[in-house]
Amino acid sequence: MSLLDQREVVVRTVDVVKQYGEGEAAVRALNGVTCEIYTGEYLSIMGPSGSGKSTLFNMIGGLDKPNEGSVFVNSVDIAQLTPKELAFLRCHTIGYIFQTFNLISVRTALENVTLPMLFAGLTPEEADERGIKLLDLVGLVHRLHHRPSELSGGQQQRVAIARSLANNPSIILADEPTGNLDLKTGQEIIDLLRSLNEERGVTIISATHDHKMLDVSDRIFHIRDGQLALVETREELDKHKALA
Amino acid sequence: MKQTEFKNVDPPMWVAWNQAKASIRVRFLRMLITSLGVALGIAFFCSMQVLSSTPTHGGMQSQAQMQWLTGTSLVMCLVGVTNSMLMSVTERYREIGTIKCLGASDSFIVKVFFLEALLLGALGSLGGSLIGSLLIALVMSATTGSPGLVPIVHAIVVGTLVGILMTVLAAIAPAVQAAKMPAAAALRVDV
Ligand SMILES: Nc1ncnc2c1ncn2[C@@H]1O[C@H](COP(=O)(O)OP(=O)(O)O)[C@@H](O)[C@H]1O
Ligand SMILES: [Mg+2]
Repeated sequence: MSLLDQREVVVRTVDVVKQYGEGEAAVRALNGVTCEIYTGEYLSIMGPSGSGKSTLFNMIGGLDKPNEGSVFVNSVDIAQLTPKELAFLRCHTIGYIFQTFNLISVRTALENVTLPMLFAGLTPEEADERGIKLLDLVGLVHRLHHRPSELSGGQQQRVAIARSLANNPSIILADEPTGNLDLKTGQEIIDLLRSLNEERGVTIISATHDHKMLDVSDRIFHIRDGQLALVETREELDKHKALA
Repeated sequence: MKQTEFKNVDPPMWVAWNQAKASIRVRFLRMLITSLGVALGIAFFCSMQVLSSTPTHGGMQSQAQMQWLTGTSLVMCLVGVTNSMLMSVTERYREIGTIKCLGASDSFIVKVFFLEALLLGALGSLGGSLIGSLLIALVMSATTGSPGLVPIVHAIVVGTLVGILMTVLAAIAPAVQAAKMPAAAALRVDV
């Protein structure tokens, strides 16, 4: 029994099926995914484009509901939540990072980071103070009042990372966070995520087809055609590496 | 395992207000054009109001015609504002999804769109009322005689209120559409 088996489970999916469209044109994006994700791990979800990574993220992140099966986040079946409770879950429990950065284009870096805090009921002063700290953490304290269009891709993704941490979530969902970045910037973002994972203990779930991600991951889920084809652990990865 | 405890979250009104203001500031030119559309419709409405306040222009026949004209111009105006706001919802597909990912409730999204409409509507209708009423007053003074202060002030007040009401009505469909946008839209890369 490995150490991982004794860890707390933060996300559990049971036979999740997600289908888009109806009848002939229907696409089964997820075809019975059952998995457990542990508190504090750095998990990478690998798979070719169209294999269902983003769809799985939508399910775990409470952004969409499965056709069949269930998703539990912190033991709560998210299908049972009211829209208000879902909004609360997104606000407090999960931080989102996107391939396309998705900063609110009309707001400054600091305003982007503080918006989720205002949704959580912080006062503007508290939010600003915490927002500045977070932007400092990602190395952008000198860009507080810049709009996204005035920042480079790497800087935008750093702001997005700061924003995802706004309400101290237990999970960060990152969907191909390096997909729109060059190699070097992508590596910096991966290192940043890894250090946040180690220092703050936040669970990171990251979809990618970037092989650099493998080096920092505790576990890797391989997804093929909407199914969990293989789960690799750190030990197995290291073994393969040693052999190669 | 940690049990999440849920309590209702809805940020204070000024959070939505700031978001609405920022949206307008950044899309200033387009918002100005929309607002100008409101202003034109209301200017026409006000000039008709002032015109019909004087007996010389108040015959039965022309009264009905004027009401028809004003009514149509207001409806056209309403359709125009709805259309341009619907477009701005579609354009903000991913942004709305993202705001939902950050924890916004549907009612927050609705508030932002209504406040945007309110701001646009208030500015456009106040401007339109002033221009329409004063312009027609000038023309009348030069031709048939001044309409007097009371009908002008009356037209400005009524015009502004009608304009605001109209824009808020026009915002219903776009705001509902925005609130229905799926949060999952945030992850789409193809739009
Ligand atoms: N909103 C949607 N409507 C219809 N089909 C979709 C939608 N989202 C994803 N799909 C389909 O589901 C499959 C999985 O997509 P996705 O989860 O985005 O894959 P990945 O993120 O691994 O590239 C693909 O075949 C895709 O075309
Ligand atoms: Mg994807």
